[in-house]
Amino acid sequence: MNSGIPALRAELDERCERIGRRVTFMEVCGTHTMSVFRSGIRAMLPKNLRLVSGPGCPVCVTPRGYIDAACDIAGRDGVMAATFGDMMRVPGRSGSLETLRSAGARIRVVSSARAALQLAREHPGCDVVFLAVGFETTAPGTAASVLEADRDGVDNFSVLMSQKLIVPAMLALLETADPQAPELDGFLCPGHVSVIIGADAYKPIVQRHAKPCVVAGFEPEQILRGLAHLAGQVAAGAAALENVYSGVVSLQGNRVAQKLVDQVFVVVDAAWRQLGVIPLSGQLLAPPYRRFDATRRFAVAISEDDDDPECRCGYVIQGKVEPRECPRFGAECTPDSPVGPCMVSSEGTCAAWYKYGRNLPDPSARGTQEVGL
Amino acid sequence: MSGRVESRNGGRRVLLAHGGGGELMHRLIRDHLVPPLDNELLAPLSDGAVLPDPKGRLVITTDSYVVTPLEFPGGDIGRLAVVGTVNDLAVMGAAPVALSLGLILEEGLPLTVLDRVMASIGATAEEAGVPVVTGDTKVIERRRVEEGGNRLAADGLFINTAGLGRLRPGVRLGTDRVKPGDAILVNGPLAEHGLAVLSVRDGLEFESALRSDAAPLNSLIDRVLDTGADVKFLRDATRGGLANVLVDISESREVSIEVDERQVPVAPATRHAADLLGLDPLTVANEGKVVCVVCSESVSVALAAFRDHPLGRQAVCIGCVTGAQPPLVELRTRAGGRRIVQRPYGEELPRIC
Repeated sequence: MNSGIPALRAELDERCERIGRRVTFMEVCGTHTMSVFRSGIRAMLPKNLRLVSGPGCPVCVTPRGYIDAACDIAGRDGVMAATFGDMMRVPGRSGSLETLRSAGARIRVVSSARAALQLAREHPGCDVVFLAVGFETTAPGTAASVLEADRDGVDNFSVLMSQKLIVPAMLALLETADPQAPELDGFLCPGHVSVIIGADAYKPIVQRHAKPCVVAGFEPEQILRGLAHLAGQVAAGAAALENVYSGVVSLQGNRVAQKLVDQVFVVVDAAWRQLGVIPLSGQLLAPPYRRFDATRRFAVAISEDDDDPECRCGYVIQGKVEPRECPRFGAECTPDSPVGPCMVSSEGTCAAWYKYGRNLPDPSARGTQEVGL
Repeated sequence: MSGRVESRNGGRRVLLAHGGGGELMHRLIRDHLVPPLDNELLAPLSDGAVLPDPKGRLVITTDSYVVTPLEFPGGDIGRLAVVGTVNDLAVMGAAPVALSLGLILEEGLPLTVLDRVMASIGATAEEAGVPVVTGDTKVIERRRVEEGGNRLAADGLFINTAGLGRLRPGVRLGTDRVKPGDAILVNGPLAEHGLAVLSVRDGLEFESALRSDAAPLNSLIDRVLDTGADVKFLRDATRGGLANVLVDISESREVSIEVDERQVPVAPATRHAADLLGLDPLTVANEGKVVCVVCSESVSVALAAFRDHPLGRQAVCIGCVTGAQPPLVELRTRAGGRRIVQRPYGEELPRIC
């Protein structure tokens, strides 16, 4: 099944050797990060290839102000919050959804916006609020559930929007004036998001910044193929858009989903954890659907610059600093009481460093580089 | 509880008075609780059960069961309550002798649900060859129904079982016996119980052919121990999955464990469901899987014994204990990479990224 892996590794090794310098690629999306982690790919990479995790993990980029607003609403009488599971432990200023639930708030874990809408139908006396986080992959589901609620008059349903767009964030990373920003040599572009937006969506990155972009799937072999193509471009001095997931991703994407999203949402500036406000990188409900906007229904504002000033998760996920360079790391911020999202999941960079990194003076000595970025 | 609500929901329900110690309670015990468990030791219905002289050292264990939903593909809370405790005894190297059964019922629980759970307890106890010899029942007030909700069905049913077992003579099991060179075996495909339960949980439902693997492992473990194989440690891989067991061993013995992902059995349907929810099969709960550490010379004998039993047909050796320091559990991945296996933080929750 993975018969292609040795060949791809050899190809990647050869190309990186040909490049002859340190080369840094970013895997943009959280699902790639997870797959890289689970398949142990980092331990297979050439020594001069650095793979940094990008801003494509919805949990990692959701600002603290959003969690605070979610907790504010979820803690009210008559409200039931419906959330994806990985949001439960993300800390806000006064705790997480998990701690709020233990104090009696009604918070349900769901796997889709549709399931949240179903909860609203089943609990007509309850205000069901769906925490709509995620990228282009979750947006069509959120949009469809709002349309359905509108059509069927499910008035006890609302959404707390934090839908984000990936390409503006990638451009922002390239256009940052931050001297600490790592020099990126190319992007491994997310497969699932690309199914919706189409591979052509990355053209601005190639055209404006001459950075190679390769759309890849999530199996280890597909990821290695994507990296080999990126290295091939860098070695040849090229910067092109390639799609090595073409059986699944088209150039134009899913037009039906795009139309749905365009109908229900408008594109706005949005706050990203630690990255600040990125122009035209988020979505809010369009005027005809604003009655489903939870910030209106509950008169709550999502503050934009409310991140812990000391927390360096934003820099960690951009590959700018190592966890131990963060003043909160290991002190206030531990897996038991995380300050930032990188400490939340056991696969988070900071959590892995906390658990293993400090005891491993030279992780590569055992062929295990997973503890670092 | 008004008759109107009862009739709307078609069927009789547990009343608070069922726990009151009077005639209603007597009838509940006589008509619903005892018949599925029928055995000589329970029959006197005294305050306790008198057991025969065990002629050996005893092992005692207890566990509580609070799963939602109460019934799921491949099992229910009753089956879990028996297999969980029986398996805890079995992995201690003990032959189960008797179980106790503590029931906490929520007012409003449909009696049909209680009957199904009791039938399942009876059938599973028989399958495991261990009698339920004593019990207790309490009824708690109906919990707050979601405000404004239309969920009238109370679904509260909690179970505690304690198990008494007789330690097999000559068997010494414990992490203190584990050392580098030992092999790690499992008796079959992982992660089926946890995903089967999630597949029917409110808000997460998905179509799947997954079934819980809940099963009493005592006869399987007997068969392996009967061979005389040098088994050093056994643990059922329940909450936290395989990862939790391996990290426990690694931490307590300060040894490393290397696992070969290609050998770790996970059925395709399970893998798809885990991918769908963003979960790692290594950290998902099992209720019919045992992790067995054996000395390397005993691997083939132990595997043959496992495979000779219906619950061990797909038994495999998934890795070995090493002396590498610092102590870590490492997975050699199918892709040819390596990664550290960690204990999950707590309840595994479906992810979006």
